[in-house]
Formats: sequence, C-alpha cells, structure tokens
Amino acid sequence: MAEPLLEVKDLKVHFPTDDGIVKAVDGISFTVQPGETLGVVGESGSGKSVGFLTVMGLITRQQAQIEGEILFQGQDLVTMPGDEMRTVRGEKISMIFQDPMTSLHPYYKVGDQIAEAVRTHQKVSKREAHEQAVEMLRRVGIPRPDDRADQYPHEFSGGMRQRAMIAMALSLNPDLLIADEPTTALDVTVQAQILDLLDRLKEEFNAAVIIITHDLGVVAEHCDHIQVMYAGKIVEAGDRRDIYYNAHHPYTWGLLRSIPRLDEAAVDKERLVPIQGLPPSLIFVPQGCAFNPRCPHVFERCRTEVPELLPADGHHASRCHLSLADKERIFHEEVMART
Amino acid sequence: MGRYLIRRTLFMILVLFIVSLITFIIFVKLPAADPARRAVGRATSPENVEAARHAFGLDRPLYVQYARFAKGLVPWPGLFLNEDVYFSYANFVPVKEEIFGRLPVTLALAIGAATLWLLIGIPIGIISAVRRRSIWDRGAMIFALIGVSAPVFWLAYLFLYIFWFKLEWAPPSGIPIGTSVMEAVLQGRFILPWMVLSLTFAAFYARMVRGNLIETMGEDYIRTARAKGLSEKRVIYRHGLRAALTPVVTMFGLDLAGLLGGAFITETVFNLPGVGQYAVNAIFNQDFPSVMGVTIFGAFFIALANLLVDVAYAFLDPRVRYT
Amino acid sequence: MSVEVTERAEPKPEPEETPLIRIRGLRKLFPITRGILFQKRVGNVHAVDGVDLDIYKGETLGLVGETGCGKSTLARVIMRLYEPTEGSIEFEGRDITHSTGRELRDFRREMQMIFQDPFASLNPRKTVGAIIGTPFRLHNVVPRNKIKSEVQNVMELVGLNPEHYNRYPHEFSGGQRQRIGVARSLALKPKVIVCDEPVSALDVSIQAQVLNLLEDLQEELGLTYLFIAHDLSVVKHVSDRVAVMYLGKIVEMATGQTLYRNPKHPYTGALLSAVPIPDPDLAASKRRIILEGDVPSPIDPPSGCRFHPRCPNAQFPRCSEEDPPLEPHHPGQVAACHFPLEDRAIIEAEPAGSR
Repeated sequence: MAEPLLEVKDLKVHFPTDDGIVKAVDGISFTVQPGETLGVVGESGSGKSVGFLTVMGLITRQQAQIEGEILFQGQDLVTMPGDEMRTVRGEKISMIFQDPMTSLHPYYKVGDQIAEAVRTHQKVSKREAHEQAVEMLRRVGIPRPDDRADQYPHEFSGGMRQRAMIAMALSLNPDLLIADEPTTALDVTVQAQILDLLDRLKEEFNAAVIIITHDLGVVAEHCDHIQVMYAGKIVEAGDRRDIYYNAHHPYTWGLLRSIPRLDEAAVDKERLVPIQGLPPSLIFVPQGCAFNPRCPHVFERCRTEVPELLPADGHHASRCHLSLADKERIFHEEVMART
Repeated sequence: MGRYLIRRTLFMILVLFIVSLITFIIFVKLPAADPARRAVGRATSPENVEAARHAFGLDRPLYVQYARFAKGLVPWPGLFLNEDVYFSYANFVPVKEEIFGRLPVTLALAIGAATLWLLIGIPIGIISAVRRRSIWDRGAMIFALIGVSAPVFWLAYLFLYIFWFKLEWAPPSGIPIGTSVMEAVLQGRFILPWMVLSLTFAAFYARMVRGNLIETMGEDYIRTARAKGLSEKRVIYRHGLRAALTPVVTMFGLDLAGLLGGAFITETVFNLPGVGQYAVNAIFNQDFPSVMGVTIFGAFFIALANLLVDVAYAFLDPRVRYT
Repeated sequence: MSVEVTERAEPKPEPEETPLIRIRGLRKLFPITRGILFQKRVGNVHAVDGVDLDIYKGETLGLVGETGCGKSTLARVIMRLYEPTEGSIEFEGRDITHSTGRELRDFRREMQMIFQDPFASLNPRKTVGAIIGTPFRLHNVVPRNKIKSEVQNVMELVGLNPEHYNRYPHEFSGGQRQRIGVARSLALKPKVIVCDEPVSALDVSIQAQVLNLLEDLQEELGLTYLFIAHDLSVVKHVSDRVAVMYLGKIVEMATGQTLYRNPKHPYTGALLSAVPIPDPDLAASKRRIILEGDVPSPIDPPSGCRFHPRCPNAQFPRCSEEDPPLEPHHPGQVAACHFPLEDRAIIEAEPAGSR
C-alpha cells in the first residue's frame, strides 16, 4: 500500500463560545491516497467543512482548540509554523468554495487573481504568470481565455466563475484539491458541467480530490470513497458500493430513505421516510451515540456508550452498536426495498 | 458614462438654483435692517437712501432681484459671482475678490487637516479592525468617541490654552497682516488649527475604516485569498483594504469639498482670515450678497465633488457602470 | 428498479374536467430603460413569454427549470403579485387577469404562497401567533376573539406546538420556520397553494419532513399545489404532472414517470442526465447529455427555438427560425421540439445481477 497522501488522526476542532464549547469536529480519522476521490457527506452542523478548513490551515489555533494530527505527505500540518503552512496552502493543497459569485475579488481581473496565486509560490515574472493564468483558463474550458483573463468576475457567469476558481486552484498543480460544496450554488446543468470538468482535470493533473457536499447523488457519481459525517464525527466510511448497496449506519439509512429519487417508481407518490427529530447541538452533544435521540433502532447501550468506528482497519467502517448481521438485515429490509 | 455626466450636470445646476433660491427667501423673510439705510449711514437724506436702494437693486420686484443673483450662478468667467450684483453691502468690496483672496488660507487649512486626518484615522482604523477587541481596538474606539463628541470650539480653546498659553509651544493664532499664507504655514500658525480640525474627522474615519474593514475581511474572497497561500499582510492590504477604502474615498471627497466652503468655527476661533471667517462675519452683518456668494461658492464645490466622487467610484469598483 | 409498475397514462384527474386555473398566452415583460433625464424603454426582460397552462383541482403541478427560466415570475403572475403584460388568467371560470381592489382581495383568500427562505420570509419582530394570525385580521373571516384558537388549530395541523404561540421566529429551527410559513398560508383555507422552492434551503433530513407534511395537508384539505423547484427529483416526487420551463416558455409537460421514461425535449433530457442519482450503478448507465455554454439571459432570447444554441439535436435552419409549438406525444405529454428525442429513458436500469 502506497504512502497515504493525507492522514488525519483523531482530529478535534473545538470553538470556545459564550454559550459553551462548540465541538465542530470531534475526533475524525481517515486517509486519502494519491489520486483518490473522497466524498464527504453531511448536513449543516456535521463538521464536514470545519475539518477541511483546518487541514488547509484556514482555521488556526488562534481561533479554535485543535488536537490531533494532520499528516500531509508525512508532515504534521497542525504543528507546522504559519509561514511554512503558507507554502503548502495553495501549492500542494488547494481549496475551492461554494459560492463562486462571492469567492473572487470583485475589484481585480480574473487573470490577475490567478497570476497572483502563481507568483506567490513560484518565482516567475508578471508576464509569465499571466500566460500561465490564460493557459489555465483554457484548460478549464473557458472560451477565448486571453480576453476573459482581462475581465472582472462580475462579467463571468456562475459556471464560468467556478471554472475560474478551479483554474486558480489547479494552477500550481497541487497534489490535493478540496472542493467545499462546489456545485451547490449552481444550476443543475451547470453542475453537471463542473463535475465533469473535475473528473477530467483530476486525471490530467493527477490530483486527489475531496468533494464535500450534502448531495448523496453527487458523491455516488464522482467519488471512490465516501465518508458520512454527523455531529462532528465520521459515522460511516467505505467504498461507493458499500455506502449505497450495503450501508451500515442508521443515519446513512435515514439519508437514503429520505431523499426523493428520480428513478423511484411512483404509485400514488411513495412516501419519503424522514429522519425524526432535529440536528443536534454541537455544544450539548447527546450522551453516548450522538445519533441516538433520532435513531429508530436505538437501544440502551446507545445512550451511554459512544460507539467506535469499526472495523478499524477495514475499508467499510461504521460507528454503531448494532451487530453486523442486524445492520445487513435492516439495510436490506428497509432501505433496498425502496427501489 | 457620457449620458450619466450630462444628467448629473443638469442636476447640479438644479441644486444650485434651489440652494440660492432658499437662501434668497430666507433673507427676504428675515426681519433685517434696510441694507440701503445701513450702507449710507444714519444721518442722510432720503434721496441718498433711495439712490443706495436703487444701486443695490432693492427697488425692483423680488423675482427680478432674485434673477440678478441667479445670473451669478453660472460658472463662467464674467458671470460667476459677478461684481455688479455680488457686492458686499458692508464693506463695498466685490464678493468674488474677497472669496478668492481668502481662499488660500482656507485651502491651507483644509488640505493640511485632510492630510493629517487621513494619516491618523486610517491607520488607527486598520489596527483596530485587525486586532479586534485588543487594547488597541478599545483605545482607538475611545479616541473615536472623544473625537466625534468633542465640539470643535471646545477643542480649539482647549488646545490654545494648553499648547499656546501654558506650554508656549505654538505661535499665537491668526495671521498678521503682511504675512503670506506660505509664511504662516512655515511659522507653524496652522498647526493647532490642523490638529483641532482633523481630530473630529480622524475619529470618524477611524470608525468608518474599522467598520468597513471588519466587514470586508469577513467576505468570501478573503477566504479565497488566504487559501491561495498569500501572506496575511497581502490579504489585509491588497484584498481587504482595497475594497474597504472605496466608500472612504467617496466620503473624503465630500468632506474636503465641504471644507472649501470654510471651516467656520475653526477659522473664527483661531482668527484665520479664510472663507469661513468671511461667511460668519457676513451673516452677522446681514450682508446678503456676501452670504449668497459664499453659499453658492460652497454649494458649487460640494455638488462638483459629489459628481467627481461618484465618477471616481466607477473607476474604483469595476462592478459600477453608469448609463 | 425491479418492480414493473403500471402507471396511469393520463394526468390525474380526467382531462374533461374544467381546470381550476386556466392560463392562456401569458406574457410578463419587464422593461429595461435608458435615458438622460427621461427613461426610455430600450428592451425587455422576457421573463414569461407565452405560457398556456391548466391546473386541475386536487393535483400537484410541478414547475421545474433553471435560473432565468421564469418559473418564479410565472408563479407570481398567477398569484397576481404582478400584472400580466399579455394573456389571461382564469380562476374557477372568473377572469382575474386585471382585477383590482375588492375582487383581487377576495381572490387572495383562495390562493396563497409559501416561500423559499424560511429565515427571510418571516418578520422577525412578530410572534408566530401574530404572523399566522395576520391573514385572519386582514380578511375578517373570523371574529376577533376566535382568532387565537384558529391560529392554534392551524399550528397543530402543521405539526407545531400550539403553546409556542408567543415565540419569535428566531427561536425556531429552519424546518419549523417553514412550517410556520405553511401555517400562515393555510390560515384562510385557500384552494391553491403556490410553493416556491419550499425545501431548497432546508437540510436533507428536514426536507423530507416538510414534503411529507405538504402531502398530508393536500389529502386532508383537498388542496391544489403549484410546486416550483429547480431540483427535478423533488419535483417529480411530489407532482402529478411536471412542466419544464426554459427562457420563459414551457418546453415540455407530462407526468413525472412519462418524463423520466420518455423525455421528448432535449432540454428535459439534459436535465434528467444532469441530476445526480444516489445509486452508482444506475448513475454509470445514464446517458450523458452535457450542454454547452451557460444558461442564457432572458433579455435577448435566441430566435426560433430558444434552446437551439445549446441543443445537441438542433438542425438548421429550422431550429433557428421556427419556434416550435407544444405538440402532443405520449398520452398526457406535450413537448415543443422539431426533432424530439426518441423513445428511450435517460437512465436505464441495468438488468438484475449487477448488485
């Protein structure tokens, strides 16, 4: 097994606030191999974004209590000094964000913003950086890239802006690209274009990609491995096929049963089965398994003991006290039956 | 842009008309001594008073009188504040001469104070925003509160008392006759007026810069800039400040233009012979042409500054396009 | 997909019934002005550009499309929040296209709206009781002293605790606030509720709760829904019939199943292909139709068929010169295309055995 590109060990990110400590990320561990595509699924408050903002160093020790290790190509990013971290950020690990409308500076030309990224990490002249920027715009499929490079973000459409963001993120050939809800703010046909682009580019640039989203459809189509997060912890992790055809966690089941699907056979509108209750507070996390107040399969042990993510070395792990046999049974009875 | 400029210029003219009209009406309505009588003195014949009245045009109907003043609105040499109409009732000097004669003093005061308040206010605002809730921030905001609340005349007398009277660091106020403005500046006669005038503005600008910068630093494009690996300094200055300062530039244009009409209180307290002092005297003397002249002068510059800062905004913010 | 289901070939209910709402030739244009002193109209935003639609009592009609397609504007024109530029709207046989004053107010009782953003659509300074009670106060349908109990009834109906009558919106979660919005719209027992992206801003687990609530209410109260969303999966799930809009026009309409199995308009095909499916095998066997370019602006719509610049099927010169009318295809299905897609689903299930 090759050395993992990214190895996160028991990462915790806690924010002290007036109301209490917000345990945004509460002990997550996972690895990302080079060239892999990881999907991180969760709703708001699951901690999915916070974890990766911390990997990027955009959440620092000044803002939160950070524990654990983030090993990137063997080096721990948590203890890395700020200056060194800045050489990693943008060059080895890049990130793109949800809203391309507000993520680009409105006052500077798009080409200049990309060139700025290049010149921050490479000693090249302004002209060379500009040429690289134009080339990147071409590679992300923006027509007439030299004209476009001299335009301002507001002159771009939503889809083009996201392409420009991707161009900026890939301009230094990073080993890892983190995409935080990259298509949520886009129209669905544009979403398809962008995801298609990411698939193509990750091959071309030989980069590992992490897609953070709440959309189970997106990760089904574009990710090799998937993590499901809830209340700051990973509750299930596995291959694509594991999650959709053999899920082992009640929260995953709940998600799969509650989303409307295009391919569902409609006989007088089949009912969705929602997850009861409300998302938990990250300050007063429920005792034991954080999902227990909402779990239809809860029993005594769930309320007192926090389950571990097991099997620890396996590819398909879940954080639940139910036995493996029960998990498989319930999945086939309740979730698969739907389709 | 051309269409926009034409439209704005038309509005500017409209504004000047309205301002002059309102000023005129105020004077018509105010109970005042007959300027003709005041001009010629007490013991004269009614014929002399009549002659004076005729010279001042006071025997014509009101709308004609206004029209005469309105001619002076047109910013064209020969017409603007023309001497026939804009002639002081009090000291028989053309208003235009007085204003332009006093302008250098006001300019010196305004530009000096403006430079000072930018140099003080903006850095304080930046530090405050970047080190929120630190002792610097709290100190800065207290400074801002004092600066904004303290009346200019109080500050002026306070400073005069401390720095001139007690410590004898500053020269006495006023500009002796015969001293040019340049000499006065070099003699340090403007230092206290600059400090006083700039304090209020510096406080205001510090608060504004702080607020704008805090807001800007919370925007998504700042997060992108950091994600690119830029140094924090570059993020703050090239990305944050650049956006945060745009409204400040607008305000600055307007504030500076406003001062061209005269910093009334500061000039009076420090006895600086600027446009402001002239205006104050004219008001007390009920010297209508002078008041009208200064008002129009000031209004013209403010309206012009308004137009210029709006145009400047289009250059600063590429999203803004005027049609 | 292992079960064969016999689906109804027609939209429900039967077509001979008179529609509750009848829209013909509806257009809504927003003027774009330029000028020095006096603004002159130099162009229009063709938000809604020729829509014929019938909505039957008791059904859920879904309206789906991307940015700029005009679905939200269409909804607001139907609700008479805007006045149509052209065309007619009939409600229960009455022409309400240009009604004002009393007539309009009475109509308002029959048709209500639920909005997308549960945070922005509620006045933060009013209590929940006041918010839901406002329609009662405005329309005088219930004596003053009975308003509170009516409001509490409605709260219970939507799954809110009636004891929270005096709480403020910020004390509720997103899903609960959306319920408040639903309650407010139900206050006057309307016949039609227009739902404008009612679940887009909610988390996945809450979306299902609200969608179920809407379905339950429809059954209990005999409501008719016009359901607008950009998420085709959601729209297909709740709707009996679905209308696909593009640049101000309806380009296809059919039952959800027909649309899914046999889309005729290439844009519908592209939409179906673009929707991510939470099923890796099914997703892999999807026909990929990825459109070029961006969603166009309704200010200057393309000539002929509006979709022709992006259409993978377009043939010239017909498609750039002639605007295709809506033509029937399968029973209950209409589509506006000169060269419609052949009978084939976008997403074809693999035969059993691959799982």
